[in-house]
Amino acid sequence: MLKFPIYFDNQATSPMDPRVLEAMLPYFTERFGNAASRNHKYGWEAEEAVELARKQIADLIGSSPKEIVFTSGATESNNLAIKGAAYMYREKGDHIITAVTEHKAVIDTCKRLEKEGFKVTYLPVKKDGLIDLDQLRAAITGKTTLVSIMAANNEIGVLQPIGEIGAIAREKGILFHTDAVQAVGKVPFDVNASGVHLASLTAHKIYGPKGVGALYVRRRNPRVLLTPIIDGGGHERGMRSGTLNVPGIAGFGKAAEICRLEMATEGARIGAMRDRLNRKLHEALDELYINGSMEHRLPGNLNISFAYVEGESLLMGINDVAVSSGSACTSASLEPSYVLKALGAGDELAHSSIRFGLGRFNTDEEVDYVVAKLVSVVSKLREMSPLYEMVKDGVDLSKMQWQAH
Amino acid sequence: MAYSDKVVDHFNNPRNVGSLPKQDPTVGTGLVGAPECGDVMKLQVKVNPETGVIDEAKFKTFGCGSAIASSSLATEWLKGKTVDEALAIKNTDIVAELALPPVKIHCSVLAEDAIKAAIADFKQKQQGGQSS
Repeated sequence: MLKFPIYFDNQATSPMDPRVLEAMLPYFTERFGNAASRNHKYGWEAEEAVELARKQIADLIGSSPKEIVFTSGATESNNLAIKGAAYMYREKGDHIITAVTEHKAVIDTCKRLEKEGFKVTYLPVKKDGLIDLDQLRAAITGKTTLVSIMAANNEIGVLQPIGEIGAIAREKGILFHTDAVQAVGKVPFDVNASGVHLASLTAHKIYGPKGVGALYVRRRNPRVLLTPIIDGGGHERGMRSGTLNVPGIAGFGKAAEICRLEMATEGARIGAMRDRLNRKLHEALDELYINGSMEHRLPGNLNISFAYVEGESLLMGINDVAVSSGSACTSASLEPSYVLKALGAGDELAHSSIRFGLGRFNTDEEVDYVVAKLVSVVSKLREMSPLYEMVKDGVDLSKMQWQAH
Repeated sequence: MAYSDKVVDHFNNPRNVGSLPKQDPTVGTGLVGAPECGDVMKLQVKVNPETGVIDEAKFKTFGCGSAIASSSLATEWLKGKTVDEALAIKNTDIVAELALPPVKIHCSVLAEDAIKAAIADFKQKQQGGQSS
């Protein structure tokens, strides 16, 4: 039985696993203690739950539990990592390197630092969405203190070469932060193998609750220090004050444990489903363009432009399927996706893009339904598209004089 | 974003989708918008040369649901109107009829532009003979 709308937007957020909910429930009512209460059972129980979660998360990324700092989510983790490192090491240098396809929580944090006098280099990406390592090397100066490059992109699912970036950072003696929100729990991620110093994580992308995240902060080789961005009671080794969200953290831990145990089989299953979606769409429709590398990509992500069809109208046509589009019409800013624009494929393909995010609870049956629906809607909208008609008549759209408005 | 029932209706059952022969001297074609802006409208009218009344109107639109609905509605309104009456159609009429939200007003502007462009093309053909 299919349940509608079909949820294919797992890069936006994921449904919580019932096993996670079960792990959280006791910490709302019975074991409601404050993890910072040191002198009674309620506090000890809460602290025990937090320390278990810290270990479960550490085990997923190959770190020590002491290196996990809990936050309210990945936006806060990114802010803490970048601002915290920039302020802490300001005497050493004032230059930060990041990439144009980063999440807004990284880009806008860097923009804020620019206003405060820091210098930021935004590396372009190649057509496949990956950064060029030579450009990264060339961008590093004696004043560079931090490079922040995401592990997996939220729109196009592209996996950056974080191992190589980590090696370059080590060689040059600079810190490497990665926004690992989309990668952790989906593909193998190890803080030592990749050589990262700071990594942002969140629970809700891995079938855990919203409103809880973490920052991995390396303690050895080297010990990384951060200037806190929230002042208060000195929780989390002084790096993040504020009473811990114990139920959320317990859920985050459980979610991480499930990912660690099931990632290999789950990744293969989701990857096969994604490939089925891709193959069937290509069998039925022409002029499809995949955005970003297919080779270096999250198993659950597919980002396709359906040429000559505008994304929002496509979403309207497939209204029993929950997906995202890079179309300007679906964004608050009325600008098409800056990530897709950065690939250099042209704005019109950004307007025609759909992001499919497959996850733990999707099925082949859902894939087949979505394919059939898309094929019918895309065909109908192309019949209605003046661009498709012109192309079929042999008009070269790039040579047309359009009256932009 | 929630769409009005009328937008949904025009989107699901668009009126007058198609093309008229561009070379026909009684056909005016308007093509407005740009692919990189996310909307392109082609709107065509076929005018009875005796009466000056629009007998047929067709559209094809690349754009969001509101752009498709605006052009679909425009073709409905155009049929049976004289060329001068057609020029009196305002984008605000379309906004009101379809209950378009502020972020979608540009769709109605585009439809008004398409009407004006189609009629200008028709008039040019009438004055200058076969100009294209």
